[in-house]
Formats: sequence, structure tokens, C-alpha cells
Amino acid sequence: MKLPALAAACTGLFGLATALAFFYAPTDADQGLSQRIFYFHVPLALTSYVCFGWGAWKALGYLRTRRESADLESYVAIHQGVIFGALTLLTGSIWARISWGVWWSWNEDQLVLFLVLFLFYCAYFMLRFSIEPGPARANMCAVYALFGAVLIPVSFLAIRLSKRFIHPVVFNSHGPQMTGAQFLTFCVCLAAMLGLFATLYAIELAGKRLDGSLRELKELLR
Amino acid sequence: MNNYPADVAALARKDLLLELRAKETLPSMLLFVVATLTIFHFALPRGTSDVAARGLLWSALIFTALLGLTRAFVAEREQSMFDALILAPVDRSAIWLGKAIAVLAFLVAAEVVALPAFAAFFHGLDGRTVAAVALADLGICSVGTLFGAMAVAGRARELLLPLLFLPMAIPIVVGGVGGYLWFLALYDAIFALLSWAAFEYVVAEV
Amino acid sequence: MTQSEKYTAAAYLVVFLAVLVYVVIIGSKLQRLQRELAQLVEQVRENRADG
Repeated sequence: MKLPALAAACTGLFGLATALAFFYAPTDADQGLSQRIFYFHVPLALTSYVCFGWGAWKALGYLRTRRESADLESYVAIHQGVIFGALTLLTGSIWARISWGVWWSWNEDQLVLFLVLFLFYCAYFMLRFSIEPGPARANMCAVYALFGAVLIPVSFLAIRLSKRFIHPVVFNSHGPQMTGAQFLTFCVCLAAMLGLFATLYAIELAGKRLDGSLRELKELLR
Repeated sequence: MNNYPADVAALARKDLLLELRAKETLPSMLLFVVATLTIFHFALPRGTSDVAARGLLWSALIFTALLGLTRAFVAEREQSMFDALILAPVDRSAIWLGKAIAVLAFLVAAEVVALPAFAAFFHGLDGRTVAAVALADLGICSVGTLFGAMAVAGRARELLLPLLFLPMAIPIVVGGVGGYLWFLALYDAIFALLSWAAFEYVVAEV
Repeated sequence: MTQSEKYTAAAYLVVFLAVLVYVVIIGSKLQRLQRELAQLVEQVRENRADG
């Protein structure tokens, strides 16, 4: 899809999503206005998973085909995933602050999982920038990205298990089932977030490819 | 020549013999784990529960393992033995398995001292914890060996390995402290398989 | 605004700002690329003039 069209679609979706979230969706009986954070927080989280999954998929593709573009695409996807992940943690923290007055809650599976993933994928960047660019680095980053994807479900299970022996905090995390209007708003917000990922991904890729071409041009003209 | 078990055994024996002569890694690990447990005694307030103390055992084990893992590939890197190993007619994954077995040996040797020390310093040990430690060792060595090879390829190798390894160690600690043996076994199965399969890509181009 | 409303607005604002920061980064990158490209075009012109 052409980049300007993609960006325009994303902008439109986002406008619609924000409007729906604030004006259309009904106010939650329990949590009031703060529940609207969910319309951003959860789509951010889901989009992060998509980012990491896409990064792992491209990594697998790189290991099979050894195309340099697959390595770049994997890297960009994971970069986006970390950004969306950081936003998930930030919005989640703010929501925890509203709901329970604390900036962090170990009881929230999603938040804890994201913390673990955040640590893991930040290490991805440490790895990437400590090795000279080349096929060796691409190989290792691809393997690491695959490990990350497998780690997601394993960590989730671990976090669920850990709650049995960590002191349980009695907080009510989620409200009742979503109504129709809420669900529609949620879906639009999710689509908007995924659209944002797609747009930013395309932009970042284009930027990096431009960089690469320019460098090549410089070499040729030397 | 293409005898996989023999290759693995030869590689593991090489590492063990090197350590026997150098006597660097294992003594450090032993000293480190006992010192760490001592520090933890001072770090814990009075009346701490059993579970908390057990948690600290796992912390001590993870960090001791990291110590051993960091040393595991440094010798190869510094003496460019990697190239020689890769040129040798062995399956790349045999390198991983041989190294993992050697690291496992070091870790178990350290635990032979650490576990009784823990039992003496804190509360006793039950069979479940020992079984959990055994299972966890497999996971730690599998993943740690793979990541150790990656870390050594980079510049800040001692800094990099803990960063790479610790997020992966979180499920191990959960399984260990909670005593979820089935979970540890599942972790081991998944990640040992993945490490075994992925290692050849990690050393493909050095 | 109540406390919770403030925090909700803050959450949305955080996301908004993050995206804007990204736009700034892309903008500066674009400028840099433009400059380098202009330099290279200059270089090609010189090469043509000499050769």
C-alpha cells in the first residue's frame, strides 16, 4: 500500500477512534472516565505483540533466505514493538495510578509481562549495537528475536503461576463484559493502533533504506 | 568421524580438562555462591518466611550460573578457537551440546557446595527444591550457552550476557521458587530444543 | 477536572506526544538526507565537469 495513502488512512482511523473513545463509548459505571484509557492501553499492548510476532516472522525468513532486507524488516518491527511496549507500560502505569493509587501493580499480568518483554527486547538492541554489522549480527539478532516470540507465552504462564505464591493483592482489575458500543470503540481503536504500526513501520523502513542507498552512493562516488 | 555422541563427549572433555588445569572458573563460582548466600543472610530481616529465603537461593544460583557462563566462551574467543572448531568436521550443534554439558558440570559442582550451605545458613532443603534446581540447571545451561556464544561475538561481552540472559531466567526462577516441576520441564524441553537448533546460525559467520 | 479525568487525559497525551516526537525525529532525518543528497549531486556535477 502506498505510504501516503497508508498514513492518511491511519490518521482517519485515529481521529475516528479518539472521537469514539471520548464521545460515543458509554461511561463505565465503576471506573468512570478513567476506564477510557483502556481504549488506548489494550490496543497498544496487542499491537506490541503483533510487532514482536512480525519481527520474529521476518527473523525466521532471514534465517531461511539470508536476504538482508528481512533482517532490516525484523529489526524495524522489533524497534516499533519496543516503542509500543513502552507506551503500553506508561499508559498501564497511569491507569494503575488512577485505579489503585499506585504507579505499578504486580497483579496485572499484562503489565508484568510487558516489563519482562521490554527487558528482553531492550537487550536485543544491546546485542545489535555491540556487534559489527554483517551476516553474523543478522543471524544472532534473528535467533534472539525468535527466542523472544517463544518467550512470550512461556513468560505469561510463568507470571500466572507466580501469582500463586506472591502475596495476592485484592484489586478488581477489569470491569464487566464490554457492551456493544464499547466493543465497537475498542475495535476501531485497535484498528487505528495497528494502522499506526503499519504506517510507522513503513516510514522507518523507508528511512533506513534511504540511508543505505545514500551510503552506497557515497561509496560509488568515492 | 561423524559420530555425534563421541564429538560431544570430546568437546565437553576438552572444556573440563582446560578447567582442571586452569582452575579459574569453578573456584570463583564456589566462592561467589557462598559469599552471595552470606550477603543474603545479612540482607534478610528477622522472621523472613521460607519462601523468601528460597527465592534468594534462586537468585544466588542464577547469578552464579551467569558467572560460569560468562567464562564459558571467552577462552575460545581470545584464542580464536572458534574458527578451528567450526572448521572441524563436527556438527555445529555438537559444539553447543558439548559446551552446555561442560557448563552444567561446573554448575552442578557449585551447587554441591551451595545447596548444603543454603540448608545450613537458612532453613532445610526439601527434595522438591533439589529436583527443581536440577531441572532449572538444564534450562540455564541450554539457553545460557547459546546466549554466551552471542555475547562473546560482541564488544561488551561481560555486560551483554546478563542483559540477554536475565529476562529468560525469570520463568526459571518462577518455576523454581514455586516448585512447579512440570513448568521447569516444559521450559527445558522448549528452549533446549530451540537452542540446539538455533546454535548453528549463531556461529555460522564469526 | 477531577483527578481521574486528569490522568486519563495524561494517558492519551502521552501517546499523542510519543507520535509527535516520532514525527520530529523523522523530520530531522529527512533534512539530513536532503542535505547529503544535495552534496552528492554537487559531487557528481564536479566529476562530470572534470571528466
